[in-house]
Amino acid sequence: MWELIGIWLAALLTLCIFSFLYRDNPFYRFAEHLFVGVSVGYGIVLTVHQGLIPFAWNPLRDAFTQQQWIGLVKIIPICIGALFFARLFPAHGWLIRYPIAILIGVGSGLAIPNVMRADIFEQVLGTLTPFAQIHAGELDPFQIFGAILMLLGVISTLTYFFFSVEHRGVVGGVSKIGIVFLMIGFGSAFGNTVMGRVSLLIQRVDFLLADWLHLI
Amino acid sequence: MKGPRTFCSSPVIQGLVLLVVVLGYAANAFAQEATTIEDAQWFDTNKIWIFLAVLLYSATVVYCIYHARSGKELFIRRIPGLEAVDEAIGRATEMGRSIMYILGLGGVSNVATIASMNILSQVAQKTADYETPLRVPCNDPIVMNVVREMVRTAYLNEGRPDAYNEENIFFLTESQFAYAAGVDGMMVREEPAAVFLQGSFFAESLILAETGNSIGAIQIAGTDKEHQLPFFIAACDYTLIGEELYAASAYLSREPMLLGSLKGQDYGKVMIFGAIVIGVILELFGITWLTTFFQRVN
Repeated sequence: MWELIGIWLAALLTLCIFSFLYRDNPFYRFAEHLFVGVSVGYGIVLTVHQGLIPFAWNPLRDAFTQQQWIGLVKIIPICIGALFFARLFPAHGWLIRYPIAILIGVGSGLAIPNVMRADIFEQVLGTLTPFAQIHAGELDPFQIFGAILMLLGVISTLTYFFFSVEHRGVVGGVSKIGIVFLMIGFGSAFGNTVMGRVSLLIQRVDFLLADWLHLI
Repeated sequence: MKGPRTFCSSPVIQGLVLLVVVLGYAANAFAQEATTIEDAQWFDTNKIWIFLAVLLYSATVVYCIYHARSGKELFIRRIPGLEAVDEAIGRATEMGRSIMYILGLGGVSNVATIASMNILSQVAQKTADYETPLRVPCNDPIVMNVVREMVRTAYLNEGRPDAYNEENIFFLTESQFAYAAGVDGMMVREEPAAVFLQGSFFAESLILAETGNSIGAIQIAGTDKEHQLPFFIAACDYTLIGEELYAASAYLSREPMLLGSLKGQDYGKVMIFGAIVIGVILELFGITWLTTFFQRVN
């Protein structure tokens, strides 16, 4: 019984959302507001259960009930986090800058080494490796052509992203080749993603026709 | 399994007395108990080259900023997407309609979100001048707070604190598609004249861009997510591709510090360029030390 209600609800809400394809209408608005409201409520419950309770409440409770005093250390991040509420008091609103600064600083600090490794060192290595294989005689002519094409793509695309050089003459020509490589890449990504989206649509139509209407 | 055995427990905790029970079988089965003390490590020496690379890059950027502050004018090439910012704001002002600025789904420490907030600050300065309503639906409550602070500062800098309306910058939801549904609904109802899609976007990118396109808004998009860029290029009027997003704040503000930073980034790219060219030549001659170096770093 509950499963049947769930299927009907899901099907009707799917149709409400699909109705946006025609134009904005009360059905879409209902589904939109329900979706936003439910997601916010769900998010709050998730934050409380996966953030507040295990990382703030439990350590403090254990500190006082089981004398696990190390849990009191959590008071520091809790206080920093509580500074976000300073915005509610206009006279002390500036205090919010501290947790924001810490968040951005820590986030950047954690991200920079990973970006350096994954986006620079690994990419350079990936570009060089085929040429080591060319020297070792491991690649056939078609693969050698692919490696040279990749090198040309990397260099020309990199040239496109030089901002302090005027894109004229040789630089302009090379950066134009870079744009061509970028557009070919975007085109293939576009096609690939559209295929993924079509499969999502097929899945939804399958739900409507099979699970809801039992037509197939 | 005779002979000394070494292993490292993870995570390493300073002062932890670890009872190691070694079970071995040789001629006769035996059990041995041993204690050992582990030392915490302040530095991950495997990442020393990354650290040095970050230091070198930072030094280059700092030098360029210092150089830019000395007063020398720095050239920055034309970025069409950013030249259209004034056009978009002007159009919204003339039509008496609002501007919608969407920062995507990234958190406050996301690089693209930070870049987007910098662009927003520049856009806010212009909307403050023209008294054009600037609507910013946020996906992250912390981002919302930062954005409110930045926009308020931008309005203050323009001498228009009275024009700042905090309620125009609001939290919608953290859920990806609920956010897309909400923003789409707002776009259709409010019909903003200009839509900025700048930041970190995922599968919702085309839903947002297509709706903006359907209402006839001038759209300027930008993201570093290469899988979403094709959708923006297809559905928006102007698109900032990848690093153009990071360069945007320097381009718009023309502040020496940001321009210097941009110049430093270009030098960083020259280093990468050089490493690739030299590496390819060396590899073709069978000299592999550069590849070996990158393999060790990774």
